Amino acid sequence: MPRVLLIEDDRAVREAVRFALRRQGHEVVAVATGEEGLSELRSFRPDVVVLDLMLPGMGGLEVCRRIRADSQVPLIMATARGDDVDVVVGLEAGADDYVIKPVQARVLEARIRAVLRRVGGAAAGEGIPRFETYGGLTIDRSGLTVTCAGRPVALAPSELRLLLTLSASPGQVFSRQQLLEAVWEHSYHGDARLVDACVKRLRTKMGEPPGQPRYVQTVRGFGYRFMVK
Amino acid sequence: MKLPLFLRGLRVRLLVAFALVAAVSALTTGGLAFREARIAVLQQSQDDVIKRFREHVNALAHRLSYPPDQQGLATFAAEVARSEPSQNWRVLATYGDLSATSAPNDSFAELTPALRDAVGSRRAAVFQRVSHNGVSSLVVGLPITFANSPGETPELSGMAVFLTISQVYEQDAVAALVGAVERATLPALAVAVLLALLAARGVLRPVRALRHATRSMAEGRLDTRLSVNGSDELADLSHAFNETAAALEESVAELRRMEARARRFAADVSHELRTPLAAMAAVTDVLDEEATVLGADTATAVGLISEETRRLTRLVNDLMEISRFDAGAADLHLDEIDLAESVQRTLASRAWSTEVGTDLPPPGVLRGQVDPRRLDVIVANLVGNALRHGEPPIRLRLYVRERPGAGPRAVIEVLDSGPGIPEDVLPHVFDRFYKSDAARTRTEGSGLGLAITAENVRLHGGGIVAGNRPEGGAVFTVEIPLLREGVLAGLPEGGEHDTP
Repeated sequence: MPRVLLIEDDRAVREAVRFALRRQGHEVVAVATGEEGLSELRSFRPDVVVLDLMLPGMGGLEVCRRIRADSQVPLIMATARGDDVDVVVGLEAGADDYVIKPVQARVLEARIRAVLRRVGGAAAGEGIPRFETYGGLTIDRSGLTVTCAGRPVALAPSELRLLLTLSASPGQVFSRQQLLEAVWEHSYHGDARLVDACVKRLRTKMGEPPGQPRYVQTVRGFGYRFMVK
Repeated sequence: MKLPLFLRGLRVRLLVAFALVAAVSALTTGGLAFREARIAVLQQSQDDVIKRFREHVNALAHRLSYPPDQQGLATFAAEVARSEPSQNWRVLATYGDLSATSAPNDSFAELTPALRDAVGSRRAAVFQRVSHNGVSSLVVGLPITFANSPGETPELSGMAVFLTISQVYEQDAVAALVGAVERATLPALAVAVLLALLAARGVLRPVRALRHATRSMAEGRLDTRLSVNGSDELADLSHAFNETAAALEESVAELRRMEARARRFAADVSHELRTPLAAMAAVTDVLDEEATVLGADTATAVGLISEETRRLTRLVNDLMEISRFDAGAADLHLDEIDLAESVQRTLASRAWSTEVGTDLPPPGVLRGQVDPRRLDVIVANLVGNALRHGEPPIRLRLYVRERPGAGPRAVIEVLDSGPGIPEDVLPHVFDRFYKSDAARTRTEGSGLGLAITAENVRLHGGGIVAGNRPEGGAVFTVEIPLLREGVLAGLPEGGEHDTP
């Protein structure tokens, strides 16, 4: 049973979402402020966090950054703003996905399932390490770990799944739409900024030199591909 | 005939006027001065000559034997000529048919018969200025009279003396005068031109400033003001311009404030509606699931609430979208995609693939820089509109049209086979909340669908038109440029660097 931490300041929305998610079989803890959310993160240990961007006191973006400072828990932003800049900043702060409020329960539920699949996706071949090495980068497809230059790289679920998807076919060009469908399970016409923000975070975490990425390369006019050997 | 622009300009007109005034006044003054001076010079020398001539003749006349013979006349003429110190007198003495000149063989051509006659009939000195062979001379005739006693009328002797004196010096003096006038006119003209330029500058500078300011206002810089110098009519004009500009700026600012307030109000209202809607939308699924186990009446009521909540959500979302367009906050997130694939995905995701016939280019042929989400909205709204208001068959065509100078454009046509759009409705189909007839007031759409579609097309730099097909049915045509200036700005970071 997935454990969901809901951080939402409006009481009615909080109650409605908690109610709807519980009916879907989730275990939900709902809090009203970012501070409470951060403390629940440690005690409740949720499988996924749903975070409202507009929070009183500590803002949603700050909460997002603090969560990402020491946790790669799947994180979905909920924004009522429709303000495009906030979405980008939120994604760059480390959110895996976002929903625009008002959101129907089954849409949120689908996003939660998708983001959870991103972590458990390769559970089938459990136990047998499947290492792949590309230069200084090692990907364990079974243990879902990535090391770069001997250092383990902590990847959020969307980042990990993006890297696994791209590196499954090195050299093949994926369009943003393809990646949206494969990694985020969004529609073809989803927000391509999810892909761009995720690639950016991934490159930063792998210590790519700015402007000359070795592993995830931009193919102008088409999309992205994993390094050609 | 129209003068070229540069000749009609204020500067040229001022220049010509000043030059004309200067030339006319210089020439008039010079001419008048010349005439007076010339008369004065000539009169002076003439009076002088006549006076001396008469003195010499009076002084010598008594030596003359009367009636004189040829020899006597010659001696008299020579003596009169010699008595003048300047030695340039030519004298002719006549008596009846006899005549003698001071210089031998002098034809005395300057002497006119009229002068000779005048001397013959008068008792006073007679003179005439003649020009002979380009040299002007003064010819003076003096009849010699007897005066036996003072007070008695002098008696003509029949003898006359004529003097011809060249007036070269006087001519030179007059010529010098003319030269002086000429020489004075040129500097006067030059000064006039200079003054004209200065005056033109004084007039033109404010005029030019005014022109720039007007243009600047027309370009939307309503805070344009002129600096007012002096207190002449042009300064008044500048002042009036500034007042008008200030009034205009204030009115426009007020209008903008009102418009902004109205827009912000719409945005705020939809925003405020979102939070309660967010709570309601989260639980509509629960209502749908439970409706089956409720009593019929309750199920109907619950179904209505659930459905209308979804409708309200769509409406509020559309209002938010329109507010973003109004606020200029709508961004294009460009990506290069296969447009045919995008259109197919739009139809497939809404289960419209079987209801809509398509003429699409093969995969990979029509690629372009668009915002995929907005293209999805455009296609979905047009097809949805055709499905609601038109009748099947509905067709969607996608092709490329080359516009000379504008580059290739993707054309999307959505055609239906319904009754078409009434002529009086056509100009309003993209208006917000425009309802063409009362029966349609309760349709699935929010009333903003086509307005949002048009905004999305415009955001892509394209155009949209609605019309009716000759064979019946409505057609919506969208044109979107495929290549854009600065498209790279819409692409994510790293695009320029790591392409092999």
